[in-house]
Amino acid sequence: MTDIGSYAVPVMVIFIIAYASFKKTDCFSAFTDGIKTGVKSVYSIFPALFALFISIGAFRASGLVDVISDFFSPVTSLIGFPSHLVPFAILRPVSGSGSLAFASDVFSSLGPDSFEGRVVSVMMGSTETTFYTAAVYFGAAGTKNIRHTLKCALIADAFSMAVSLIVCTLYY
Amino acid sequence: MLNVVWVLMLLSSVIYSFFCGSVKAVTDAMLQSCSDAISFTLKTGAVMIMWSGLMNIAEKSALTERIAAFLSPVISTIFQKVKRGSSEAKLICANMSANMLGLSNAATPLGIAAMKKLSEQSRGRRATNDMCMLAVVNCSSVQLIPSTLIAMRTAYGSSAPGDITVPIWITSALTLAFAVVITKIAERRSSND
Repeated sequence: MTDIGSYAVPVMVIFIIAYASFKKTDCFSAFTDGIKTGVKSVYSIFPALFALFISIGAFRASGLVDVISDFFSPVTSLIGFPSHLVPFAILRPVSGSGSLAFASDVFSSLGPDSFEGRVVSVMMGSTETTFYTAAVYFGAAGTKNIRHTLKCALIADAFSMAVSLIVCTLYY
Repeated sequence: MLNVVWVLMLLSSVIYSFFCGSVKAVTDAMLQSCSDAISFTLKTGAVMIMWSGLMNIAEKSALTERIAAFLSPVISTIFQKVKRGSSEAKLICANMSANMLGLSNAATPLGIAAMKKLSEQSRGRRATNDMCMLAVVNCSSVQLIPSTLIAMRTAYGSSAPGDITVPIWITSALTLAFAVVITKIAERRSSND
């Protein structure tokens, strides 16, 4: 079962390139064009990432992360939520690069194959930067009253984190 | 928003460290983080760039349109007033399929175009049910290949960087279904468009 994940990437690569070749797409120039956009998007998130790495580095080294984790520990230990991931869970809907930086912090301190490392991966992969997404979409449409959007999206985020935890416990 | 988070984290960390004797640790961590940020960008960013190239092949070969065609029956069920085959439906399908492939650069402009189209039916500056649904769906999209995470996990020496793929599929599919259901419930409970 665990192996499917290892095959997902190569299968996807073969499938895309085979399909594109079948459709007579110029794969090479499409690929290099994509690289161009990729470089631009990495370039555009770099400043925020750099800034947040510093603040999150300081935040962890100061011991404040532990204070927050301890503060929530009555709740987190009750539901079996890894206390290390509390700051991540709070930051996730607010900042994409912030949660990316937090996830990498978990990877470097506990390892990507630790339980926390896996849970943080699944949480990261199955949620979005809710506030940002809502702001971009409704901002573009000029909508002021967004009604139940945020409430529903945030409840779904909380649901997603709970499911991540359950799925990781059962899957590994 | 991010400004508040950033300032708060930095200030509170430094002030807290004064009282708890972790001043040196905080200083070291801040300086170390600079090179961490660079090496993170080099390692993870490089793989993200590769995926961006690959996904552009998927887009150019019209694979995204293929996936969009599969999604279209679902769209008219989820969205109240979107008719099958309408231009809104096509935009929403394209937006969702781009999201599934992790093509966020392509997904966002499509989603915005769909949102603008949907807003033509709105009264004043109030979101319609369908506009809320589109935003919620975009907040909980299913990604087929979690490429950024795989890249990150590879960079941090994971023995099986891709083994999070299946849990992510399960979790994000359940989340999407849940998000649609609760948005539908919220639609019923709130006053009409």
